[in-house]
Amino acid sequence: MSLVELEINGNKVSQDVEERQLLVHFIRDDLNLTGTHVGCDTSQCGACVVHVDGKAVKSCSMLAVQANNSKITTIEGLADGENLHPVQEAFRENHGLQCGFCTPGMIMAAVDIINRNSILDEKTVREELEGNLCRCTGYQNIVKSIIAASEKM
Amino acid sequence: MYQFNYKKVETVQEAVNELNANPESKILAGGMTLIPTMKQRLASPEQLIDIRNIKELNFIKEESNNIIIGSTTNHFTVSSSDLIKEKIPSLSMLAEGIGDPHVRNMGTIGGAISNNDPTADYPAACLGLGAKIKTSKRELTADDFFISLFETALEEDEIVISISFPIIKSSFYMKFPNPASRYAMAGVFISKNNSDVRVAVTGASENGVFRWNEMEESLSNNWSKSSVESIKLSSEGIMSDIHGSSEYRANLANIMAIRAFEGINE
Repeated sequence: MSLVELEINGNKVSQDVEERQLLVHFIRDDLNLTGTHVGCDTSQCGACVVHVDGKAVKSCSMLAVQANNSKITTIEGLADGENLHPVQEAFRENHGLQCGFCTPGMIMAAVDIINRNSILDEKTVREELEGNLCRCTGYQNIVKSIIAASEKM
Repeated sequence: MYQFNYKKVETVQEAVNELNANPESKILAGGMTLIPTMKQRLASPEQLIDIRNIKELNFIKEESNNIIIGSTTNHFTVSSSDLIKEKIPSLSMLAEGIGDPHVRNMGTIGGAISNNDPTADYPAACLGLGAKIKTSKRELTADDFFISLFETALEEDEIVISISFPIIKSSFYMKFPNPASRYAMAGVFISKNNSDVRVAVTGASENGVFRWNEMEESLSNNWSKSSVESIKLSSEGIMSDIHGSSEYRANLANIMAIRAFEGINE
């Protein structure tokens, strides 16, 4: 076992973990933050995307021990109390989700995309979503949501 | 995933000491290949030596007409570096085409070349630009570094420190990405440094990345599109799998070579 100390959504966490535990399982099973999803478990779908030290990563392809001393944000950490984050709000307004399974990863990826790109057009958003899959194929409205959110942020 | 020990190191010397102390260890850089491989139980090292936090390995600098990149520098850092965009734009384009944004935030250049996946992009840039690879023991040319499928000249207790790319603006990389993984189905890197032409192919050969000698000769003799078109890659020794036959891949390499050539001359 190894001690992992990190900050997640502003809360400090200190816990022993098995070295082989994936970050996503640490987040979901140990910390009960089940908004982050396990989709494909093979680094393809992006349902598990969280931010580690401000960078979007696939938490199914990272060990919890690698995240020691980092600052993590998950989907639960975006909203400010009852006020949704602009990207969450845009997904709601633009019907950016159908079944909702990919949504946490889509939104975490979207925040990262908007942070990195001052101007967003449809082509850029579609390219940037390379690592996120929506099995409902609801991409039209996901792209629309991200562009709408980028205009408000 | 099988259980293993985990050791985070702060210096290259510490990493080398750990490798010597436990030969069943593996180096963990970004982990974008190693962790999925371990999840599938295709690898089961006794210990992981995490080098991601070794500060001395994370850098990009220009030195006597070369761009030198530290081995733990991730793909996003390479693709977004203004220095690389200005000096070797083909290299930043190549880095931008690896995997997806989340993978690029973790995956490292040193990890990519040490793994020497036959469909990876960076090995093509190293061979195509004539890079030099500095390790914890010595300096190797890219030609000597890449041996075969997932095989390099690295010894058991040797790790990559940095990769030095000569600044050659007349260079271009074109790949046909697998639509699912974005790994190259065939990728061709061409560089032209005065009369010296180098052409490297990834994604195609059963033995991993290689220099396409016939194409280099043809282009050295006559730098023209017709020279590129006159050379056809033989399908012998070219990979064949569910994604494409060897004939299909060989033809893709021909097409990628034409597009890479056109990319240089645009």
